Parts: sequence; C-alpha cells; structure tokens
Amino acid sequence: MKTWLDAWPVFRQLTGSDPSGRGEAVRSKRTDTLIPRTATADRVVQSICPYCAVGCSQRVFVEDEQVVQIEGDPDSPISRGRLCPKGAASKSLVTSGTRQTKVKYRRPHGTEWEDLDLDTAMGMIADRVITTRRETWQDEVDGKRVNRTMGIASLGGATLDNEENYLMKKLYTALGAVQVENQARI
Amino acid sequence: MAEAHPVGFQWVMEAKARGATVIHVDPRFTRTSALADLHVPLRAGSDIAFLGGLINYVLQHEKEFREYVVAYTNAAAILREDFQDTEDLDGLFSGYDPEKGQYDETTWQYEGVEVTAAAGQRQSPKPGASGASVGAESGEDSDAEEHEQGASEQSGSGGPPVGGKPRRDETLQHPRCVFQVLKRHYARYTPEMVHEVCGVEPQLFLKVAEALTSNSGRERTSAFVYSVGWTHHTVGVQYIRAASVLQALLGNMGRPGGGILALRGHASIQGSTDIPTLYNILPGYIPMPSAREDASLDDFVAEAAGSVGYWGNMKKYAVSLLKAWWGEAAQPGNDFCFDYLPRLTGDHSSYQTVAQQIQGTVPGYFLVGENPAVGHANAKMARLGLANLEWLVVRDLQLIESATFWANAPEIETGELATEEIGTEVFFLPAAAHVEKDGSFTNTQRLLQWHSQAVEPPGDCRSDLWFYFHLGRMIREKLAGSTDPRDRPVLDLTWDYPTHGPVDEPSAHGVLREISGTGPDGTAVDGYTALQDDGSTSCGCWIYSGVFADEVNQANRKKPHTEQDLVAAEWGWAWPMNRRILYNRASADPDGKPWSERKKYVYWDEDAGRWSGPDVPDFQATKRPDHVPPEGAEAEDALGGTDPFIMQGDGKAWLFVPAGLADGPMPTHYEPAESPVPNPLYSRQANPSRKELRGAWNRANPAMSDAFPFVVTTYRLTEHHTAGGMSRTLEYLAELQPEFFCEVSPQLAAERGLEHLGWATLVSTRSAIEARVLVTERMRPLRVAGREVHQIGLPYHWGRNGITTGDSANDLLGVVMDPNVHIQESKVATCDIRPGRRPRGPALVDFVEGYRRRAGVETGLLGRNGRAPIEERS
Repeated sequence: MKTWLDAWPVFRQLTGSDPSGRGEAVRSKRTDTLIPRTATADRVVQSICPYCAVGCSQRVFVEDEQVVQIEGDPDSPISRGRLCPKGAASKSLVTSGTRQTKVKYRRPHGTEWEDLDLDTAMGMIADRVITTRRETWQDEVDGKRVNRTMGIASLGGATLDNEENYLMKKLYTALGAVQVENQARI
Repeated sequence: MAEAHPVGFQWVMEAKARGATVIHVDPRFTRTSALADLHVPLRAGSDIAFLGGLINYVLQHEKEFREYVVAYTNAAAILREDFQDTEDLDGLFSGYDPEKGQYDETTWQYEGVEVTAAAGQRQSPKPGASGASVGAESGEDSDAEEHEQGASEQSGSGGPPVGGKPRRDETLQHPRCVFQVLKRHYARYTPEMVHEVCGVEPQLFLKVAEALTSNSGRERTSAFVYSVGWTHHTVGVQYIRAASVLQALLGNMGRPGGGILALRGHASIQGSTDIPTLYNILPGYIPMPSAREDASLDDFVAEAAGSVGYWGNMKKYAVSLLKAWWGEAAQPGNDFCFDYLPRLTGDHSSYQTVAQQIQGTVPGYFLVGENPAVGHANAKMARLGLANLEWLVVRDLQLIESATFWANAPEIETGELATEEIGTEVFFLPAAAHVEKDGSFTNTQRLLQWHSQAVEPPGDCRSDLWFYFHLGRMIREKLAGSTDPRDRPVLDLTWDYPTHGPVDEPSAHGVLREISGTGPDGTAVDGYTALQDDGSTSCGCWIYSGVFADEVNQANRKKPHTEQDLVAAEWGWAWPMNRRILYNRASADPDGKPWSERKKYVYWDEDAGRWSGPDVPDFQATKRPDHVPPEGAEAEDALGGTDPFIMQGDGKAWLFVPAGLADGPMPTHYEPAESPVPNPLYSRQANPSRKELRGAWNRANPAMSDAFPFVVTTYRLTEHHTAGGMSRTLEYLAELQPEFFCEVSPQLAAERGLEHLGWATLVSTRSAIEARVLVTERMRPLRVAGREVHQIGLPYHWGRNGITTGDSANDLLGVVMDPNVHIQESKVATCDIRPGRRPRGPALVDFVEGYRRRAGVETGLLGRNGRAPIEERS
C-alpha cells in the first residue's frame, strides 16, 4: 500500500530494490515527464564534424527550424557514434550567444564598428576587387607574360567545403590573383 | 593522437587490444603516451636522427624486406659517379651553391638517365610522383624568383618524371646502387649517436628498433602516424621522407596495417590541398604555370607528356580543367584558354605575402575561416600585415582577433600601432555553420563525406559558396560589356550555378558534379580514365573524377558500417576511384600472390584475369603481374606488372630522390634554426637550404645563445581548435581549458624559480608573453650533447577575444621555413623563461630590446604601422 513515505526518496532507497540510490529510488515525477530533445525533434539530418580531419559523423536534431542537439552517428565506420569534446560542443558553435549574425564595417582609421547592409557590403567588396585588380595588374614581369594581380591575397579554406574551395580557386584564378593560400601551408 | 584526434585514436586502442604494440615518440608525455606500450621522449627537432637511427639499424642488421625492396623500390638503381654524400662533404650534398643557398640536383640523378628533359627548359620538374597528403601541410621571396629551383611552386604534388630506366643491380652490391649509398649515408646514425642527438637512451632506442622490425615483413606490417609535429620544421619534408625510406625498406607501404598516415587538423584541410586554395597548384596537384617556362599549353605539359605513370596524362587533366572553367570559350584553336591562367614568378606563399603586406604592396586581403593574428607563427608579423592593407574581408562565425586587430592588437597597448593611424578598411561578414549548408569535407584518409543542410543560416550569415558565387556574379555584372582583354578570363568563366532557397544559395551538388566531370554527351563521367585532351570532356579536379559517377553524389553514401566489410567501401567516396589503400598492388608479391594469408588484400586472380580483393585495385585492373611494357608505351601503359607506385616516374618507391627536392636526396639531421646545442653529426648546424625572411619584425634567436637557453615547442589541446575561433568562443570548451599555460619540468621550475599555478614570462627576439605555470614531470629534461636540455610546452590556441583569453604562443615564434613547401619551423624554437608577469605597455618593447642586446641580435624599433625595410636571404 502506498503511503506518504513512498514520496520520500530516502525511504524508497532504504526499503526498496535500489539501495545505492542511483535508479528507481530517486526518480521524481518531473523526471518521469522529461523527454529528450532527440525524441521530439522534427527531423534528423546527417552531418560531419567541422573540427579536425578525422571526419566523425554527426546527427543533427532540428525542432522548429532550430538545431536542438548534435550527437555522434553510430552508422559511421570511422567514428562509430563517438565525438570528442569539441565535436560534442558543436551545437554551441551554431547557437553561441557571441556568434555574429550581422555585417560589421570598420572604415579606414575608424575607432568603432558600424552597421552595413549585406548587399551594400557585397557591392563595396566587388568594387574594391575590381579597382585593386586594375591598379595592381601586371601584364608582364621581366618580359614574360604573367597576366595577374599581386594586389589581392586570400587566406583560408581548410575549414571550408570542397565546393567552396573550388569556387574560390576558380574565381581568384580568373581574376588573376595568385596569392591564394590556406592553413595547409601553416 | 589521443589529444588532437581522439576519436581516430579508438582504432589504435582496438589494435592494441588485439596485440599491437603502440609506441609514442614525442617530447611530451601526453594522453597518447599514457595509453602506449612505450613512450620515447626525445628532443624536439631531432626526429631525422631518430628515424635515421632506425634506418641504420635495419640496414646493419639486414632487417629489410629484401624481396619487396628489390622489386618495388629504387634500391637497385645505380647513381652517377660524381654524386657526393654529406659524409664526403661534412653535411652538404654535391651541387650546393653557397651564394644562393640552393642545390643544383644534376649529380643526384641516376647514371645515364636524364631526369629532366632538355636541361634549362625547366629548372624544376613537373609532377610525376607521390601520394595523398602531399602538398602543403604535408606549408616563400621576390628577387629569388629567377633562380628558384626544386621548389613546390613548380612541381605540384608530384616528384619529377624519370626519363628512362636506370641501370639496376638487383644483388644490391654495386657500390653506387641506392641501397649501398643509403647504407653509407646512415652508417654513423648509431644508437649512441641517437642518444647524443635526441637524448634517447640506447636501450630504449633498441626496444623501438626491435619492436618495429619484428613487426614488419611478410606476415606483419607496422604503420607510422604523424601530424604537424613532423611538418613544422625547416626540414619538414625530409622528416616525412625519412619515414618513407624506413617504411619502404620494411615493406610497409601499400599493405593493410602499413603506411605513413598524416593526421590532418581541419575538417577539409586535405580537400583544400586537393582542390587547392594554395598558390602553387591547380586542382588535382597540377602545377600553376610559371612565367618562365609555360608560354603555351604544350610547353606546360611537355615534360609530363613523355613520362611514365599516370602523370603522363597531364594534358587530359589540364584540358578538362580548362573546359570546366571556361566552357565554350575554351577551344583547341585558343589553347583551351590556357593563356587565361596567371603565371608564377617564384614564391607567393603566405608568409611572403605577409611581408609584402607590411611593405604596403598588397592592398586587398580575404580571410576565410582563418585567424592569422593568432595562428601564424610570429603572429605579430601577421598583425602588422593586416595593419598595412587598404581593405580586408573577414568571414567567420565569431569576431576573431584578425577582425579586431585595429582595436585591440597587443601592439596598440605597446604603442607600436595606433587605431586612428591604421588605414585598413574592414568588412566582417558572418559565416554559415556546417549544419547550415550542403557540402563535402575530405578527411585525413582522402575520404569525401557529404554533410547536409539542416537549417537556414541566421541573419546575414551565409555560406562561403554563397559569398564567392555572388561576389563573382556581381563582379561579372559590373564588368559586363568590358572590351579590356584582361577581363575576358572573368567574363568567359562558366558561372551559371543554379540557386535555391530564401537566400539564393548555389547548388553544392552542382558544383561537386562539375568537379567530378562530364563526358562528350554531358553526363557524369565514371572517373579520370574517361578524360580526354581534345576538349570533349570537362572535369574540375581529375583526382576527384568519379565522385559523381552514375549521376549519384557518391560522397553522400551512408551505408552503416554494420552492413559492410572492414573496408566499408560504400561509406562516402575516397579519391582516387574510391581506393582506400593507395598503391595496394604492393600488398601482393611480384607474382601477384598475397605476401601472406594474414596480410592478403589485393592480389592477381588468374582465373578472372584481373586484380581482386576487398578494395579497388590501385593498378590497371587487368594488367598481369608478369606484364612487360612494349617499347614506346606511354603514361600508365609504360608501367610493368611489378611497378606498384603508379604515380612515380619509374613505378618504384624512392629510397633516394634523384630530383625534385630542394634540400637533398636523402634525409640528413640538421639542427633546428634555433637550437641550444651544436650539430653532433656535421659542422653544418642547420639546413643549408632553409628559407629565411628577415626584417625588424622577424628577428632570429642565434643558435646556442645563452640569452635563449631553452627549447620551446607548441601543440594543441583536446578541448581547443587551432587559433581558437571555434573553441575559445564556446562556453563548454572554455570551461574545460580556461587559461593559457606553459608546461615545465620540476627541474626547470627549480632552476628558474617558477611556481606551479604562478605566472611565467617567456621571451624571444620577437616578443615576450606570459602564461600560467604548470610544473609537471610530463616534461622531462634530456641529456643532449653532454648537457641538460630543458623543453617547454605551449598550447597555441589563445588570443585576446572570446570567453577565455590569453597571450598567443605564436607571438614568441619566428618564421624560418622548409625550402620545399615553405612551412614554418613552429614545433621548435628557443626562448628564455622567468617567473612573474610580463611588462605592460611600452615597457614590453624595452624588455625585449634588452634581450636582443644581450643575444647580440639587431635592435631597433619598428616604424609607423610596423613598416621597416626588409632584407631577404634565400
């Protein structure tokens, strides 16, 4: 017969089948109502961890168009469901409170960030590329055709997708920019 | 490995559980050491002496896998009579020009074989060799441009073609055969010498030698695993070469459980080398053309065209790439727009670019997921570069130090920079995270794995695919109608990727399909063997060709490993052609039979008339093991049935490199540029071909300086990632590793009065930084050259921004580089350490100046915004 004593975890621990108090004895009503975020997600999307090059697989749980959890994918022959501390923290990479979601602009000699519309920023960058390219263009060096600019450089790619690196190299090369580098050199 | 690639390390533990012996060779005792059977602490920067000692052990004790060595390596090849070794010339090979600091490699070649066609036409060879993670990680000058030789900007990933078959002595007895030359070169690399150079006790060294040799051969294989601990040196390429020599001698290449595995540090750093955002190569390790030699497409492919192995097809790969980029505009009549490619005139690598930024000649800079203000060696130099731009675009998830340098660089505090004086215009554009875009990463084993978009990116956040596509679209719109021939490469570009969704995201699937390639009928090709040089095929990266075979995104295959065999060939897609172990023809003996039942992998199936096994054969599938190529055969058809190393010009693994390396045909121990001890092996202290970049912003600590008596090495922590932009900004990770620290031994702590958990100041000629002190027996002083050498460990993740902040270890380091790949020596330098915090403000500059005076190094402050005249020596 249930009594008020049964609501008391210590009593359940002392008298029940869970003397160490790590199971049934310490379950509360609230515990019983909790549902993991992974169970209520609208969908699960397959992904790959963005940190090192081991390439652990991830399952991304999405609810109301928000990432609610990222876990290891047991299907992967590489990681078999495991993630390291960084991979396990990668949800916060997406949801971090200090993550930037707005364009910022610092004018020459400026002391503060300013706001800028994305389209405006894109147009300004396109103009800078065109102008710098024209101003620094080299048709020849020491009588040899070079067809390039040494005025525009780029660094980055090792954290990006193959498709992104491809478009970068394709565009830079067509623009004549050769100082294109990434962490693989470092 | 347990620290920086922990999930990969589970497989090492699986192997250990099945009886494998795990040996960890590292200056520090780490989580890897804790789980290894044997930890071998050695002095940072002495690995070639250690590996050379192992090579010597193998050769002196006849432990080589003789049948493998004779059949599959160049051990039997006979060298020229005028070749001289470092033993003959006290640390130099023949061909060294002391004025240029460079080698002429003529005397290194096989007897009677021209390794480069038409001498003088191309000083440095075109590709013809090597495997997967070659390129940059596997890390340059302006007036050196006309006499640059043997450098990576010209040879892509490949070594040089071999213009003919060398004379061979298969008994390996000829005094000038590679095997005997190698034996003499390493004869002094004895256990006692290893002790003298590395600080490793002979008994411990012999344990390693015995474990390794007894676990190699017909029945067993051993693997080597390395990371930037081997590449971040002035002799980084030669470190990897030393492992290659050893593994080839032991018959551990192309076989299951063998190999030399590069553990790379970023999700797609392998991919960004294969499809390179690197200055010296085009996709698939095709070299960027040089102004000096490559006037036409035929000039460009001339050398490769005559060579043996798959590089003999370079024209097919190059023409298909030009078709992918310039489509209809690329026609036979205009050399397929080959003229549109910009030309190199020497070294245009990252540190060289930074030096030019400081000089003010590089107005524009894009930083895309990279944080040089913390992550570059001599990070101060990188920040001074940023301060001398006209415009800078930073794309990242968080406000990294490279975006905010104008407000809070350490130089603002010291007075070396002033915000109002910095003219750099900065655009910060927030990036999409990995779950907010479709795309593929190539992992460290060449495996492409697709990740699918889960949610839309917030606010102004966009993928880099979006940024570069729309930037290109806008530039093309602004240039539309231009009659300037310089704009044709931009306007003729194929740039019509379909877009979708609320932000007009380009299709990553479509881009991958272009990379994979299409045939004459416009459908996806099955692989690179379908590519042609007549313009009928198109392919953005020949080694990735086939990733979209059958119009299916093969990188997106996710068949659970529980439903597959151990090779798991239906998970993702590995380049090339989904081969999981490179050069796997070597897993069978010359007759095509498995070396042993235990190590059976790819073998000749006589009944089927083809190579068979659980993996895709890395060989022409129906080429018999007894095949002898007919006279005049070209490319892969010129390879015999016992030539497993199909990218090499002779199909063999190279124990000796007859051409293509800037600093010698065999690995040789040189001291790091900054070392506290003299080189015990030769009077040559450091690599004579190393690349230096000199300026008031990149001073060097003199070798054996009393002012800088300690060795410093940098490394990663499990809980942080490179320059910290993706980890110091996250709460969990910042909590797990909340502060910058230095690891010192109890002996060094006692000698210098350092207190555990107290502060220490570390000093070099570059700068001084402060760190919390961790006194630990994990750092062990070593007896080297008759004295005690102390080593200090520094994680390099910290900077001024984020949740956990601290000084940057990279501020301490200078830039001095490997001559082949221009990667910096950041795994070993010298410094001083003293208790307490560093001086603040301008006093910091005076403090470092004091050290420079004591060390006899050039003193003097930087000019406005760090500008100062630079001197170079190459």
